[in-house]
Amino acid sequence: MFKGNFIDNLPKIYGTYTGGFFIFIILMAIAEQAGMTAKTIGILFVAFTVCIYAIIGYLSRTVQVDAYYVAGRQVPTVFNGMATAADWMSGASFVAMAGGIYFGGYTYMAFLVGWTGGYVLVSSLLAPYLRKFGCYTVPDFIGTRYGGNFARFCAVVVLTLASFTYVTAQINATGTIASRALSIPFELGVWVGLVSILLCSMLGGMRAVTWTQVAQYIVLIVAYLIPVFWISNKAGFGFFPHFMLGEEVARLGALESQFGLVKNAAADIKAAGVPGGLKSIAVSHAGVPEGGMAAWKFISLALCMMVGTASLPHILMRYFTTPSVKAARKSVAWSLFFIALLYTSAPMLATLSKISLIDPNLPTGIIGKPIAEIMQIEWVNAWINVKQAFIADFNGDGILQLNEWFMRGDVVVLATPEVAGLPYVISGLVAAGGMAAAMSTADGLILAIANALSHDIYYKIIDPKADVRKRLLVARALLIVIGAAGAYIASMRITSILGAVAWAFDFAMSGLFFPLILGVWWKRATRQGAIAGMIAGLASGTAYLIYVYPKFMGNAPWLGIDHLRFGIIGASVCLVVMVVVSLMTEEPDKATQQMVDEVRVPSGKTILGKQH
Amino acid sequence: MSNKEKHWEKTKGLMIITLIIWFVFGYLIFMFGSDLNTSSFMGYPLAYYMCAQGSIIAFVVLIFWFANRQEKIDEEFGFTEKEDD
Repeated sequence: MFKGNFIDNLPKIYGTYTGGFFIFIILMAIAEQAGMTAKTIGILFVAFTVCIYAIIGYLSRTVQVDAYYVAGRQVPTVFNGMATAADWMSGASFVAMAGGIYFGGYTYMAFLVGWTGGYVLVSSLLAPYLRKFGCYTVPDFIGTRYGGNFARFCAVVVLTLASFTYVTAQINATGTIASRALSIPFELGVWVGLVSILLCSMLGGMRAVTWTQVAQYIVLIVAYLIPVFWISNKAGFGFFPHFMLGEEVARLGALESQFGLVKNAAADIKAAGVPGGLKSIAVSHAGVPEGGMAAWKFISLALCMMVGTASLPHILMRYFTTPSVKAARKSVAWSLFFIALLYTSAPMLATLSKISLIDPNLPTGIIGKPIAEIMQIEWVNAWINVKQAFIADFNGDGILQLNEWFMRGDVVVLATPEVAGLPYVISGLVAAGGMAAAMSTADGLILAIANALSHDIYYKIIDPKADVRKRLLVARALLIVIGAAGAYIASMRITSILGAVAWAFDFAMSGLFFPLILGVWWKRATRQGAIAGMIAGLASGTAYLIYVYPKFMGNAPWLGIDHLRFGIIGASVCLVVMVVVSLMTEEPDKATQQMVDEVRVPSGKTILGKQH
Repeated sequence: MSNKEKHWEKTKGLMIITLIIWFVFGYLIFMFGSDLNTSSFMGYPLAYYMCAQGSIIAFVVLIFWFANRQEKIDEEFGFTEKEDD
C-alpha cells in the first residue's frame, strides 16, 4: 500500500525537495549577507545535502532481494532517467569537464560526443533486451545466456576491473571536495566521503541508491546551471548562454591569434617550478586541427567512449529497475536528456571562464596586465596559495602573457563564480554539486561490484542454498569491503582523475561489449566463444595498455591508438576470437535458442523469475 | 515466416537505420571537421557547435524517435506488454 503511494507521489515528493533546496540556498545567501563566513557556508552546504541523502538511504532500507538488487522493478521512466544521469555524471564530468574543454578545446570535446552517443547503442542494442531477460546483474545475463559458472566468473572479472578503476577516481573526488569544503586533510576527506557513500547504499541497495541518485541529480544540475546562467547574465554575454555565445567564441579565436598560442618547453616549466598538473592555454578553443590523423584521433576517442558506455555495468543495471521493457527504452532517452542539460552547458562555462580571464577589455581579464597588479587580486592569491594556479614570468617583462598563466582544470568550475564576482553562496553550492556528482557515481559503481560478487559469485557459484537474510548480509559486507579498498587506494593518490576514468571504458568494452550484444543479436554465439572472447579481449587490451602507457613500457602508439584508446584493440580481438571460436564449436542447444527468441520480444514473462 | 521472425526483421531494420543516423552524427561529420568549421551556425563555428550541442541534441531526439518506432513495431505484431506484467 505504502509502496504504491510512494511511487504515485514521487513528483510531489521531489518537487517539495527541490523547493526546499532552493529555500536552503536563499537562507545561505541571507546568512552570507548577515556576515556568516565562507567556510561555514561551505560546511553547511555539504553537510546539509549529505544528511538528506543519508535520510533517504535510511528510509529506503529493505530486506527483499528484488528491492535490494533492482529496486523492486518499479522505478518510473523519468525518475530512472534522472537517477541514471546522476549515476553517469561523475566527479570528473562535474568538476573536470569544463576545465578539459578550457584547455583542450575542440579536441577534448570528442569526450562530449563519446559520452553521449553511447546511449544510442544502449537503447537500440542492449537495455530493452536485458530488461526482458530479468537479470539482477550484468554477469547474471552472461551466465544464463551462455550457461556455466566459468562464463559468469569471467564477466565478473571484467566488471570488477572496469568498475574498480572508475570508483577509485570517484572516491578520490569526494575526498578532494570534502577536504576542501570541511577544511580537513585529504586522507581524512576520503574516508568521510566513503562513509557518506555507504550511508546511501548499505541499507537499501539499489532501491536506496535509486532514490538518493534522483536527489543528487537535482542538486548537481541546479549547482551547475545557476552559475552558468548567472555569470552569462551578470557579465552581459547574453541571457541564454547556450544560444548567445557565438560572438564570444569568435572573440576567443581573435584573442588567440593576437596573443599567440605558445606551447611552453617542458624544461622551462620545470625551471620555473610550476606545480604538477597545472597547465597553460596552448590549444585553440574552437579551431579544428588539420589532417586525417587529428580527425582519426577525435573519432577513435569518441568510439571508445561510446562503446565503453554501452558496456559499463553500473549504467546497464539502472535499466533493470524499470517496470517494463517499453519503459526501459524510454528511460534511456530521458537519461540522455538529463545528461545533455549538463553536457551542453560545460562548453558554455568553459567559454565564459576563458573569455573572462583572457579578454583584456573586460574588468575580470588578467592576461596582458602587470603581474604585480594581478597578484593583488584576492582569488588569484587564494588559488596560488593552494598550488592550483601559478604565474611564471618567462620573458621577464612583468606583464602576464597567455602562456605564463597556469592553473588546474578543476579551477574552471570551482573558481569561475568567484572570478565573475558572484557571492560565495554559489561556490558553496558548486561544492555541494560536485559532492553529489562524485557520490552518486561512486554509489552506483560500488553497488555494481558488490552485487556481482554477492549474487554471481557467492549465491550462484559458492552457496546456491543461502537464504535471503544471508545473501543480503553478504551483499552489505562486500559493499563495505569494496568501498574501503577503493578509499584506501584513493588515499594513496596514485591515479589522476581522467586517465583512470577513460581506462574504465576501455576495459569494459574490451571484455564485455561483444559478449553482451552478440548474446542478444547472434543466436549462434556459444559459451566457448564468449569465454574465449572475454579472456582474449581483456588480455590483449591490457597487454596493449602496458605496451603504450608512458609510465609502463611507453612504446609509440600504433595508428594513434594510445592508452586512452586501448579498448579498440581489446574489443576487436574479442570480436574476432568470439566469432571464430563460436563457429568452431557446436551451436547452442534448442533451449538456449528459444531463450534468445523470447528475449527479443517485449511481451511475456522475463527469462529469470522475479525472485531468483 | 512466423510472426516472431517478421517482428525481428523489422526490429533489425530499425536498429540499422538508428545506427546509421548515429554514425552520421557521431563520426561522419567529424571526419570533415575543418571543412565544417568554415561555416557557422548561430554564430558558432559549425564543427565546434556540433560537438558542443548539435550532435548531443541529435542523439537525444534519435533515442526518443527510436523508442516510439519500436513501440509501434511491437504493437503491429501484438508483442506489447500487458500492464500487469
